[in-house]
Amino acid sequence: MADASSQTGKSLAGVDRRPGRLKEFWSYFSENRGAVFGLYVFAAFLIVAVFAPLLAPYDPSTQFRGHTLQPPVWQAGGEWAFPLGTDAVGRDMLSRLIHGARFSFFVGIVVVVVAASGGIVVGLLAGFAPKWLDTLIMRLMDIILAFPSLLLALVLVAVLGPTLLNAMIAIALVLQPHYVRLTRASVLAERSKDYVVASRVAGAGRARLMFITVLPNCLAPIIVQAALSFSTAILDAAALGFLGMGAQPPTPEWGTMLADAREFVLRAWWVVTFPGLAILITVLAINLMGDGLRDALDPKLKRS
Amino acid sequence: MSPVIEARDLGRDYEVGGGLFSEPGIVRAVAATSFAVDAGRTLAVVGESGCGKSTLARLVTMIEEPTSGSFAIDGVEVTPARWAELRTDVQIVFQDPYGSLNLRQRVGQILEEPLKINRPKLSRKERQERGREMMRLVGLRDEHYDRYPHMFSGGQRQRVAVARALMLEPKLLVLDEPVSALDLSIQSQILNLLNELQEKMDLAYLFISHDLSVVRHVADDILVMYLGRPVEFGPKDEVFDAPRHPYTKALISATPSANPEGRRERIKLTGEIPSPLAVPPGCPFAPRCWKAQQKCRDERPAMTGHPHPAACFFPEN
Repeated sequence: MADASSQTGKSLAGVDRRPGRLKEFWSYFSENRGAVFGLYVFAAFLIVAVFAPLLAPYDPSTQFRGHTLQPPVWQAGGEWAFPLGTDAVGRDMLSRLIHGARFSFFVGIVVVVVAASGGIVVGLLAGFAPKWLDTLIMRLMDIILAFPSLLLALVLVAVLGPTLLNAMIAIALVLQPHYVRLTRASVLAERSKDYVVASRVAGAGRARLMFITVLPNCLAPIIVQAALSFSTAILDAAALGFLGMGAQPPTPEWGTMLADAREFVLRAWWVVTFPGLAILITVLAINLMGDGLRDALDPKLKRS
Repeated sequence: MSPVIEARDLGRDYEVGGGLFSEPGIVRAVAATSFAVDAGRTLAVVGESGCGKSTLARLVTMIEEPTSGSFAIDGVEVTPARWAELRTDVQIVFQDPYGSLNLRQRVGQILEEPLKINRPKLSRKERQERGREMMRLVGLRDEHYDRYPHMFSGGQRQRVAVARALMLEPKLLVLDEPVSALDLSIQSQILNLLNELQEKMDLAYLFISHDLSVVRHVADDILVMYLGRPVEFGPKDEVFDAPRHPYTKALISATPSANPEGRRERIKLTGEIPSPLAVPPGCPFAPRCWKAQQKCRDERPAMTGHPHPAACFFPEN
């Protein structure tokens, strides 16, 4: 919990190191109960992901052959050795879920960083470029957006080969246009302001204008988009995993776990339900948090 | 000694509209404007909105390239190739003190940025010293150095903007309506500050304004513009006491007077400014002028006459 709040604190402090500002942000953010709840859940998941090897009772791929498809502890036949039961080859569900959190966070962070940094740079370029280049970039982004995102990711993975890394690349590529459009829109709004002109009159070069003068003023909506696409990335990675195009078994990735357990749906509900719940709760928490972030960072929603 | 800035027939056209099948229209934002400003002097550019004052500022500060004519700064002819070296000689202060400062930068960073870009040899300490010195000069306190712009009032922000413009020790300062967004009491503070700085640093000012009472206070010379063209250019007292162009006369008659007893004849202009897309072939003021004759509608008057030039065939004085 402390980890996560200091982590969000850091990302905000990077935008703006004003102490009063952070306090103001927190007062707006904490008004939204759902957002605070989301933040706590997110923090809990972060801790689980970081300390997975310490928290998990067993190695995620150890097979206990005598305990296949054992139900969770509260059901007849369950025992405390495997609190959430075991899967078809006798692996402990709890350990697998805990390690799965790691993969999901890894996917979320890598995808967001790749998509956001790429998208911001391209968006800045489009905002400052001559009209023909701007049009070229934006039409290209429109083409990417015209495909259903999961379908496009699926095609890319099919081309690149089904691994978790390729799935992340594909998802990052699919999410990128959102950042490009967002950045370009903010850049266009900021570019005509007087302080940018003043910087130009003082002799600032194009790179300085783009990254030092304009970019910090465009970051608020991008931070919100980053938080929200974190959950999209996790969801898409799980979907790709479920379709066999993401992480490959025996990786304890939540989507892949779901796919493996499909045939036992009727006999052993726990093998499907728990990974599904894990995905649901994580994505929901991050979305709640993102909504709160948007409310807190959007100046138009602020009461002065 | 050559004037700090000398402009000859400066002009800027813009293409507007013009889709795939239609010819773009041409807007003459500024045309045939000539003037000169000496060090330590103030030239006020006046005129109503849309007359090309701000475009003139953008040309002089080298944000945009003139499409016709030329200007020289301190005797050096300005071409886009020389923009980078001449930039430091001309700086600008904007109208809106809220939009002209970067909200993500502290005052110190704002002041140091021009030095960082143009004087890379200065050490961080020297830069800071100069920044603090400049803050004292414009009447800000030392502790303001680490504050953000949103913590200041409009007048203080405008002081920061002036300080930033002066960091590079320019020869010419373009003031684009620097006080029109401020309260009346703050206006006089800023104007006095500008006067003081001008004396101290021997600055030339290009003061753009639509407020004639402010212009009367600060200007040495006045350039009156109408629809992108100069219509009268002369020393302040001559222009105010004996305006030659009918437009100038109308403009002066519209300034509110502090003396309620004084009887004034307010000249009311009828009609609208012609669209800058279709400027009439003759005098651009002819459609609204009470003295207009056929000659005015056919021919464009040149800037001539005594004691100061005005673009009118039938001048007042």
